[in-house]
Amino acid sequence: MTVLEQPGSSRNTSSLAGPPPSWRPRTDPAPLLPDQEPYRLLGTDAAARLDSGLLTRLYTQLVRGRRYNAQATALTRQGRLAVYPSSTGQEACEIAAALALEERDWLFPSYRDTLAAVARGLDPVQALTLLRGDWHSGYDPHEHRIAPLCTPLATQLPHAVGLAHAARLMGDEVVALAMVGDGGTSEGDFHEALNFAALWQAPVVFLVQNNGFAISVPLAKQTAAPSLAHKAVGYGMPGRLVDGNDAPAMYEVLTEAVQRARRGGGPTLVEAVTYRIEAHTNADDATRYRSAAEVETWRAHDPIALLERELAARELLTDAFVGDTKESAEQLAADLRERMNADPELDPMDLFTHVFAEQTSQLRAQAAQLRAELDAEAAGHTEDAVGAGGFAEEARP
Amino acid sequence: MTTTVPATARKPATMAQALTRAMRDAMADDPSVHVMGEDVGTLGGVFRVTDGLAKEFGEDRCTDTALAEAGILGTAVGMAMYGLRPVVEMQFDAFAYPAFEQLISHVAKMRNRTRGALTMPLTIRVPYGGGIGGVEHHSDSSEAYYLATAGLQVVTPATVEDAYGLLRAAIASDDPVVFLEPKRLYWSKADWSPDAPTEVAPLGRAAVRRRGSSATLITYGPSLPVCMEAAEAARSEGWDLEVVDLRSLMPFDDDTVCASVRRTGRAVVVHESNGFGGPGGEIAARITERCFHHLEAPVLRVAGFDIPYAPPMLERHHLPGVDRILDTVARLQWESDRTDGGGE
Ligand SMILES: Cc1ncc(C[n+]2csc(CCOP(=O)(O)OP(=O)(O)O)c2C)c(N)n1
Repeated sequence: MTVLEQPGSSRNTSSLAGPPPSWRPRTDPAPLLPDQEPYRLLGTDAAARLDSGLLTRLYTQLVRGRRYNAQATALTRQGRLAVYPSSTGQEACEIAAALALEERDWLFPSYRDTLAAVARGLDPVQALTLLRGDWHSGYDPHEHRIAPLCTPLATQLPHAVGLAHAARLMGDEVVALAMVGDGGTSEGDFHEALNFAALWQAPVVFLVQNNGFAISVPLAKQTAAPSLAHKAVGYGMPGRLVDGNDAPAMYEVLTEAVQRARRGGGPTLVEAVTYRIEAHTNADDATRYRSAAEVETWRAHDPIALLERELAARELLTDAFVGDTKESAEQLAADLRERMNADPELDPMDLFTHVFAEQTSQLRAQAAQLRAELDAEAAGHTEDAVGAGGFAEEARP
Repeated sequence: MTTTVPATARKPATMAQALTRAMRDAMADDPSVHVMGEDVGTLGGVFRVTDGLAKEFGEDRCTDTALAEAGILGTAVGMAMYGLRPVVEMQFDAFAYPAFEQLISHVAKMRNRTRGALTMPLTIRVPYGGGIGGVEHHSDSSEAYYLATAGLQVVTPATVEDAYGLLRAAIASDDPVVFLEPKRLYWSKADWSPDAPTEVAPLGRAAVRRRGSSATLITYGPSLPVCMEAAEAARSEGWDLEVVDLRSLMPFDDDTVCASVRRTGRAVVVHESNGFGGPGGEIAARITERCFHHLEAPVLRVAGFDIPYAPPMLERHHLPGVDRILDTVARLQWESDRTDGGGE
């Protein structure tokens, strides 16, 4: 039953008014619509045109990334990291995001995207400062043009739009690539960011890593849209659907989107279809919401294994190459292990250092109080500090 | 509504279990009670506080929502307008902020705007505070933001019994309640009988947790156990401290607080939240206004520093601890020599 056939609705066809006079479609949605199936290169005929150098480069980075994930996860078990959201299984998205950008571009990662930041050049230990808990973020974003790893979901997306817009206003050909999870696409900030980006034709690429779950909630409870890439169309930008475990496909689609943005072609929304192999974090119990069998089917679609097949077919998977790659990954892990096993040098007085550009009298007084407490603690007789806590004079009666 | 429970039926229960039980009982008693939020269904919440509710009452009554705090609270407003009693979970303190527009502009003001025609019998559960080693955005003490908004009740349990009693009361309230759950106390235990749960605690009444004569510690939520420990430690210094647990910051129990301070003559307010602009300032002002002639010393505060929440490895320096409380208690003596001995 259509609306017009419903009881009470008029059957008089003369009431079927046309569109209001000023109405016209603003954009033809067809070119914006994503493919029906995730775009793939590996295992298709199109893989033949891929450059071997690119494939080996991607492979080395994927293997290093996986090793990094495993090492960081091990560090949580030893209590060296407060928490680690592993991207095992999603390495192709992480690496492609980093490699698709030029040096002048900016990356806006979420808390799961440590690997993208490391692949872009961030020191592997600095990338974990936040998760170790010695400081929030803690690296200089300007050094590699990486915004702080963002914990509140989707809140970094409007930042990416603003930065890219500002760069364009200032005449710089800078692109921002912002990463978000499937769950994050439900937040208001995601929608507002897309709308601004499309309205301003900002040079931004939104990369959604659809890894199946937002903690325990599956995609089916997150969206009723045909795909997350479809969300782009409503805002007036193209949506691309890609196999997120196909590293060259990811690289190609993101590179295209970055170049289009750089040329003034506006934003793109890319949905990478992938899977979170590990639990949400080491603190999560994934058996409560998904089956081992489901995880196994995704293990069979592993990004490293997929790429290995192509490399083997080209006879590039030589013992020497595999050995070198493995060694480079082991070195990364050993370096990470060693440096993370050294206790970080922390100065509690730093708590007051970066609150304001100019210290307030209140914070000076509080810093003096903490200094006195620390001195007393060091001297081993806390009692002597009683009453001498360095309170500001004005606090005295 | 007190039920006497034979001692044998009482066994250790955690605060998290008491909260679950409160929601379960409320849902069983009243079909209009609905629980909703991120991961509250299949997973039972990231702290397992809603564990089993979806199984027992179905997904329509305990719903895994999309990941959108403004959407969760905004739809809850509509549900409440149509007669339901939503119990909303915000996953962590700092992740409730996207919902503030709904909270401040609508939840807090609906009764007022409609001259009482529309009410908001909503409970918004927020795990809050530090002490669990969480990375940034997982340890905020957000109570001052809620307190600054007229029209919201702000409640925070510190004991297992109160977790049950206050949450039942919050859900039963016809006005919105921001129910702050001290996450570091989720696993604290007490002998409690989940089979014959205790009373529905009235909102707006403080509890004297420890009787004392030389000064009053006024506190709530995560700082209560710290204050109790400090009160014990202070005995050796000759201080006999009274400890008042506010339980509800709004409505505020002026009577209990003032009666205590008038008895002891001295007061220290203790909380994790920033001191500047924090709840302690309001509490100290009220005490000064009402008890000025009984005070032997200015009302002092022990609060978190005025810094963005400390990273986990440094949070022990930020959080009010026993030593900082004792240092402050000692300063109460500067104003007048105490006659009952002790002190420094
Ligand atoms: C605004 C906000 N709400 C809630 C959370 C708590 N939280 C952290 S991760 C997460 C799930 C995110 O899922 P998704 O966006 O799919 O990313 P994934 O973790 O799968 O990479 C939630 C609910 C948060 N970080 N920020």
